[in-house]
Amino acid sequence: MSDIKATMTGGMTPAEVTARYMAREHHPEQGTLLGFWLYLMSDCLLFASLFAAYAVLGRNYAGGPTGAELFELPLIALNTGFLLVSSITFGMAMISAQAKNVGKTKLWLVVTGLLGVAFLSLEIYEFQHLIHLGAGPQRSGFLTAFFSLVGTHGLHVLFGIVWLVTLFVQLSKHGMTPENFRRLACLSLFWHFLDLVWIFVFTFVYLMGVLP
Amino acid sequence: MSDHHNEHDHGHHGHDSYQIHYSGKDYAIGFALSLILTAIPFWLVMGNVLAPETTRWVILGFAAVQLVVQMIYFLHLNSKAEGGWNMMALILTLVLLVIVMSGSIWVMHHMNTNMMPGMGAENTSDMT
Repeated sequence: MSDIKATMTGGMTPAEVTARYMAREHHPEQGTLLGFWLYLMSDCLLFASLFAAYAVLGRNYAGGPTGAELFELPLIALNTGFLLVSSITFGMAMISAQAKNVGKTKLWLVVTGLLGVAFLSLEIYEFQHLIHLGAGPQRSGFLTAFFSLVGTHGLHVLFGIVWLVTLFVQLSKHGMTPENFRRLACLSLFWHFLDLVWIFVFTFVYLMGVLP
Repeated sequence: MSDHHNEHDHGHHGHDSYQIHYSGKDYAIGFALSLILTAIPFWLVMGNVLAPETTRWVILGFAAVQLVVQMIYFLHLNSKAEGGWNMMALILTLVLLVIVMSGSIWVMHHMNTNMMPGMGAENTSDMT
């Protein structure tokens, strides 16, 4: 093996070979987190275009129901609460992970996941209710924009939950390895990002949709 | 047993470059502020406290403040993380976001107000 290497690299010692291929400049230690942050920023642009579509079409009712008639704010307030509390329970999971307490981390992950499921269930109920009322996405420009924006956010939450379950299994199998901690840190960013997007969903879509 | 091994691994790998420190205090402050900043807009809208036009701007303001609060206390964003690249990416995104949002609203607003009713009115006046 080393014979082959020597002939191929023109008689350099292994140390020289390594030195040649070693990157000289300083790499950020947390390349993954920066990369994941860049993904989140591109996701942000996806949401920006959906928000722009809603801003343009949000009042095109086509003679159909308006936001003021359809939206039930107490329900939305409850859903907002679920997401906000899930943010802090994920924070608790990260604090436990930092203290390398696998059991507690898993417990908080379960609580976060359940809150996420509660949020999604309420949202699915709301969608079903709207479609049942004849206010499905095909009814008007307003409802198309509404369903694509809120639905995309809901899909993100769904994938967040899938990711959370995956990490739960990983933690059970391998414990708090550096890799798992890094993954948790990424999911933490993702989860908080979803809450950030939701701030603008409830303000821009629901609260402003109810205003005349 | 395996925990102990991992602990060693982690210590070796990290040499404290995990510059994010997850502290309970940060989360508590962020949560309390977010709760207040969420409750007030809901109260303003559900209680019809202010004129609708004023409410619109006030709740957008609250959303913007909550955005900053959550970025600091939940996402632990600061200008030093990742050698400033996090912040640079965020600024670029915000610029693009403003262009996309304001551009769409501006263009479509003008198209709605200038073309659609105008065309109808012109057509009728031309025909008479």
